[in-house]
Amino acid sequence: MKIIVCVKQVPDTSGKVSVKEDGTLDRASMPVITNHDDKSAAEAALRLKEKYGCRVIAVTMGPAAAESMLRDLLAMGVDEAYLVSDRAFGGSDTFATSQIVAAAVHRIGIEPGDIVLCGRQAIDGDTAQVGPQIAEKLHLPQITYAGAIDMDGDTVTVRRMLEDGYMTIRAKTPCLITCIKELNPPRYPSVMGIMDCMQKPITVLTYEDLKDEPLIEADTIGLKGSPTNIAKSFTPPLKGEGVMLEGADKNTVADLVARLGAKHIL
Amino acid sequence: MSEFIFENTNTADFHGVWVYCEQRKGALMSTDLELISEGRKLADELHTELCGVLLGDGVASLASELGGYGADKVYVCESPLLHDYTTDAHAKLVCDLVAQYKPEVVLFGATNIGRDLAPRCAARLHTGLCADCTHLDVDVDTYVDFLRTNSTLDDKGIGAETLHKKFETDLKMTRPAFGGHLMATIVCPRFRPAMATVRPGVMTRAPFDEAKAAAVEVVRPAFALSEADIRTEVVEVVKAAKEMVDLLGADVIVSVGRGIGSDVERGIALGQELADVLGGVLGGSRVAIDSGWLSADHQVGQTGKTVHPKLYIALGISGAIQHKAGMQDSDCIIAVNKNPAAPIFEIADYGITGDLFKVAPMMIEQFRAHKDAKASTARTFS
Amino acid sequence: MDFKLSKEQEMLRQMFRDFCQNEVKPLAAEVDEEERFPWETVKKMGELGLMGVYFPKEYGGGGADVLSYAMFVEELGKVCGTTSIIVSSHTSLCCAPIYEFGTEDQKRKYLPDLLSGRKVGAFGLTEPSAGTDASSLETTAVLDGDHYLLNGSKIFITNGGAASTYIIFAMTDKAKGHRGISAFIVERDFPGFSVGREEKKMGIRGSSTAELVMQDCVVPKENLLGREGQGFKIALHTLDGGRIGVASQALGLGEGAIDEAVAYTKERIQFGKRISQFQWTQFQLADMATKMQAAQHLVYAAACTKQNGEDYGKEAAMAKLFASEAASDVTRRCVQLFGGYGFTREYPVERMMRDAKITEIYEGTSEAQRMVIAKYLGVN
Repeated sequence: MKIIVCVKQVPDTSGKVSVKEDGTLDRASMPVITNHDDKSAAEAALRLKEKYGCRVIAVTMGPAAAESMLRDLLAMGVDEAYLVSDRAFGGSDTFATSQIVAAAVHRIGIEPGDIVLCGRQAIDGDTAQVGPQIAEKLHLPQITYAGAIDMDGDTVTVRRMLEDGYMTIRAKTPCLITCIKELNPPRYPSVMGIMDCMQKPITVLTYEDLKDEPLIEADTIGLKGSPTNIAKSFTPPLKGEGVMLEGADKNTVADLVARLGAKHIL
Repeated sequence: MSEFIFENTNTADFHGVWVYCEQRKGALMSTDLELISEGRKLADELHTELCGVLLGDGVASLASELGGYGADKVYVCESPLLHDYTTDAHAKLVCDLVAQYKPEVVLFGATNIGRDLAPRCAARLHTGLCADCTHLDVDVDTYVDFLRTNSTLDDKGIGAETLHKKFETDLKMTRPAFGGHLMATIVCPRFRPAMATVRPGVMTRAPFDEAKAAAVEVVRPAFALSEADIRTEVVEVVKAAKEMVDLLGADVIVSVGRGIGSDVERGIALGQELADVLGGVLGGSRVAIDSGWLSADHQVGQTGKTVHPKLYIALGISGAIQHKAGMQDSDCIIAVNKNPAAPIFEIADYGITGDLFKVAPMMIEQFRAHKDAKASTARTFS
Repeated sequence: MDFKLSKEQEMLRQMFRDFCQNEVKPLAAEVDEEERFPWETVKKMGELGLMGVYFPKEYGGGGADVLSYAMFVEELGKVCGTTSIIVSSHTSLCCAPIYEFGTEDQKRKYLPDLLSGRKVGAFGLTEPSAGTDASSLETTAVLDGDHYLLNGSKIFITNGGAASTYIIFAMTDKAKGHRGISAFIVERDFPGFSVGREEKKMGIRGSSTAELVMQDCVVPKENLLGREGQGFKIALHTLDGGRIGVASQALGLGEGAIDEAVAYTKERIQFGKRISQFQWTQFQLADMATKMQAAQHLVYAAACTKQNGEDYGKEAAMAKLFASEAASDVTRRCVQLFGGYGFTREYPVERMMRDAKITEIYEGTSEAQRMVIAKYLGVN
């Protein structure tokens, strides 16, 4: 049994977000972090490893710099990591990204008993699409929004969170589960883990390495293989100066309600 | 699993706007009605029909309601296997129906279920999907108007001519990225259908039309679905009352401060009621906590919690620096204070100079009325 | 000369920061206010290898180096003076002498529990009449068959009330003066050992500073650390290491106060301007930051010298002298930048100022550091 965790390095949008003049994100000026939901997925994998004993493998697609995130995960206790990286993969939308990551997971190999874990969504795009799309491309059953994961032999039982409650869902492995950050708080890497992580293997998979995978075609990867394109990228008008409303009576409050309604705040 | 074969590059073969109508325990979601209303607009711009897709067990009666909000036609598939939502069953039916009827647009609510289903379908259909949209257009002139008021782009940046040339009949799907710091409009020009999940609560619901409700055409397509198609088992579905949200997770916070001092009990009751009406939680300034009016877990500020809700309402809080440090990054701040020079007004989006004991009851009344009006014809997540 | 950290050191520092910000900072005001030993933090630190950062993994340590340890104490100091001295005393004053002077049996017996934080360590040298003048110890140890009998008391012992393992210094041969001092590993539950009253302090209030009392305390012969008469050397050597810890703590306190002041002065508006826009504020903070940067270089250099196995006595003394006086000065000036708010417990800078003062006193006062440095200079 093994657990493959799909992770992404993202710009930290909780701090200052800078936007370039052309309306695209100034990524270079922002610190990078491991996406929260993905870290939660890694933690879930490590807990399953501690309980049942298995290998945990992290996979990411990204630039060479994403290696630092993989080292962090190896320091947390992940056994091995794959960095899927090539210019040919650049510009991929969720469809093309899932195509490439699914190909990499296929290359690593999915066997009975295995689990693929993803974060629910990445904070840069917030799409929550890549996990289910990897599942579809690998023909795996999927369970999204996992708030608790339990395992018994070849069966996983997942608490799948809904807006107004939850469903308890059972599935046989192999399967794919997407995790929310509330699932479990990720551990800190230990001093020992950090001192060991440089010795653990990171394998780089390029287009050359993956080109024979059935999912990898020129028209399914990268910018060219992406069904969606960005037609426009823009910044919303700046938040205006505050407004002091006239008076303090019913009409004042009605004015307030109207303003909030118009901005979808209510 | 048999290979799913679907040819979708000839965009001219595709007609009709579809809305996947999610139901939970036989009841429509309010999102469905918002999407049907929005879908009507898009279908009119495309001069085509609007269809709902309704999958479940004994749900056909919901079709007329969809008609009342604008659906011309509702595809209904009923089976005991559809009693609870499963990804496999719904993905199979949606994809099979799309392959059979070839709609050009498919919309889903961006709920936990819509966002489970839509990407799976888009992957199988080899088409584009845009997540969590807040604005949709087909007509280029309407889209250009939208950009004029909702972006910092100038005419050159908008480039109306290019838009006409390249995306005349494409669905233009606009969504926030990076926590709303950036907006992006996504198109799917080469494949059909173009698919989007749409953020709940954003699209405006159309007025209900009795005549259209009666006229809706119900289509019951033949479909193939067996137990073997469904690889997950729903053990139980539990409805849980929303857990006590703490300050950090709250979308709305109503905080009280020194201003409630003349009648603490009533001040707290007003703050709590206003928070309840808005589905938020009650917070307090340091004065409110140190005076023992509220327990320490309510404290917003330097010593307490740093919060960034979508809406922060400060009642009778002057806005000392240590309080502002904890809430100034809220998306929208409303302040009510008797003192027109209170520092809280420096960071408020909307300020009202007045007595909170007079203003707060009016806010409760009118926010509630607004909410009731929004919900009167709809069912929320129930 | 290369001021670049290794990849591991960079990762460690990031982890230290995350841990300190998320786990230590939220408790800092509370442990100070309630004078409460932060056991929950010690447990977490133990699990992560933070109670033995630079000791080899074979004894349960983290396997990193002395510089990483100094950076950890620094990061702790930025957010909580109490926790930083708990770690520093435990690591430098108890684990280090066992690791450096202990027999293989002693290391196997004591280090795993200490380095994993299951037990806390302390160092007992100071007595009512033997502070900086360590040679006038009055605690005695007499060999009696297979054990020593210890008699006497120790005061101002950091971690005193919390520890389970103590390094205790006692006279085995009074006639020989400081050459008659020996060191012992004493367990809290040895017969005749007790913890006396705890001090009420100005700063580092969550740490335990206690009196230790030994009345015919029975210490097995095999718990003699090093040889008889080697105690003074062990004490001085250990205190050299401790100074790196205290210097790191002081460094962190000063840096932490600057972090707070930078954030505050950018928010606080007076006369229609952020007070960070006033040149006096800017110059103050520029001076303070320069001072702490200088302190950091001294501290890191001392840590690297120790790591290289060279004599680091002078470097450690200079680092402690400079960093502790800088911390006292900087924290005091930061309180001033905060004005009245700085004097309240709403903001952490007053606590940092109180915590900083002790760094000029314990593990060798600033005056004692000057004596050490002068001795290295040959000025006598």
